[in-house]
Amino acid sequence: MAKWPKPAEGSWTEHYPQLGTGPVSFRDSISPEFYELEREAVFKRAWLNVARVEELPRVGSYLTKEIDAAKTSVIVVKGRDQQIRAFYNICRHRGNKLVWNDFPNEEVKGTCRQFTCKYHGWRYDLKGDLTFVQQEGEFFGLDSAQYGLKPVNCDIWNGFIFINFDPEPRQTLREFLGPMITALDDYPFELMTERYEFAAQNNSNWKIFADAFQEYYHVPSLHSQQVPSEVRQPNQTFECGHFQIDGPHRLVSTAGTRRWLMAPEYMYPVERVTRSGLVGPWRTPETHQSAGLNPGGIEPWGITNFQIFPNLEILIYHGWYLLYRYWPTSHNTHKFEAYNAFHPARTVHERIEHEVASVVLKEFALQDAGMLGGTQAALEYDVVDDFPLSDQEILVRHLHKVAVDWVEEYENERRPVGV
Amino acid sequence: MTVTETCLPSAFAEYEKFAQKWCLATEPERWAARLATPMPEIRQFYDAFTPRFEEAIDYCDKFPLDDVPEDALNLLHLVYSMIMVSMAVEVFGTQKPADSADAVMHRVSAPVP
Repeated sequence: MAKWPKPAEGSWTEHYPQLGTGPVSFRDSISPEFYELEREAVFKRAWLNVARVEELPRVGSYLTKEIDAAKTSVIVVKGRDQQIRAFYNICRHRGNKLVWNDFPNEEVKGTCRQFTCKYHGWRYDLKGDLTFVQQEGEFFGLDSAQYGLKPVNCDIWNGFIFINFDPEPRQTLREFLGPMITALDDYPFELMTERYEFAAQNNSNWKIFADAFQEYYHVPSLHSQQVPSEVRQPNQTFECGHFQIDGPHRLVSTAGTRRWLMAPEYMYPVERVTRSGLVGPWRTPETHQSAGLNPGGIEPWGITNFQIFPNLEILIYHGWYLLYRYWPTSHNTHKFEAYNAFHPARTVHERIEHEVASVVLKEFALQDAGMLGGTQAALEYDVVDDFPLSDQEILVRHLHKVAVDWVEEYENERRPVGV
Repeated sequence: MTVTETCLPSAFAEYEKFAQKWCLATEPERWAARLATPMPEIRQFYDAFTPRFEEAIDYCDKFPLDDVPEDALNLLHLVYSMIMVSMAVEVFGTQKPADSADAVMHRVSAPVP
């Protein structure tokens, strides 16, 4: 008994015929060889979100990102002209890592007037130009104009800072994001600056972890505790209202009853007392609803979960959002970054509501992380490789297909002509 | 801080006995306290605080966010610990989330208070 209408083809999956409906392979998530290709084909070619503009508030604000998948470190910095730029984190003199504090492999942030290399004191300004060389006269015809920091392509969409390691990206950031994502051009992310940030090292391929956040079919089973046991239905189902695919990106929307309209027994005492919980604060400041927020016209709309290829997810609720990034560190591990972002609390009560939502996020994300270590281990038995996916799991099907497609395209480009 | 010193607003003096352990300013401390405390002891704190949980929130809410006096701030930290242990008591019945296995997730930043 379908609660939500499906496309004319009879299913979401068949609405996108390129996806097929057969069982899928997850070998892309257990193969070290595939991961090596993915680094080149995906992580060195796609636009990658590394931060938001609010993280670089002033001239000279900088941060570094360690991007293992690209085997590199990047400096992102705001210049005197207010422009945000990215550079490889390496001194042009002897190759020392330029910006770090206590340990070279730890990310740092701060504010500076210039970058000074710890090794021989070479200095670079905020635009990456080499401005000082110790004992310059000892060098041989050194043209300092040729020894600025090596830039990384950097662009901004609606406050999200993206970088691209391809020296000549195939698409601009806007082209890459496409119409489904840029329909959020006017969504006021910049108002939601109160952040609760999380980090984890997870024992699963980055896509296997992303999969747990792009289908809700697992929710009644793995996260049964999201509903109090007294009212829990043994055969509870979950059906999403709308799925959409645009290029390499995906979204899913679900309906959501306003919490204060629900019978009290459907909530935990802590939720009733604090008026916050699983889906965040019950009431949030009025927030502009972009056209792109609810493209399926779901009523009552609950959340839309935007999966921006390859490794960014933005989950928008009423008046707050949640962001995940999955940074692979090997074929079967990744670094997980997450944050909740709210309108800044105006009262202690609102701050308490934010705390509740942030505590709950961790509880259920830990369930996903704990279980997916087991998924990864079992996939690595490598004894089964035809996994059936339901229509509710269309986005899982799509992510793996896109990753494989990008790798195939990369390999095809490298294959000698005529062979 | 000596054990005789009071931390909480006088109206909440009955919770002084929990203050030493549960007035914790940061989530990593509260998470660690939850995991290190046996369920019966968690439940003692939870059961004692439950009747006045809402009242404690309302008390803290009387102050502007950037000017919460010290005793109310301690009470707010107790409220935060109550939220933390509510997950263990109400949602999972165990200190740790069910099926979280060896997964670890660090809260690396949050607003204050």
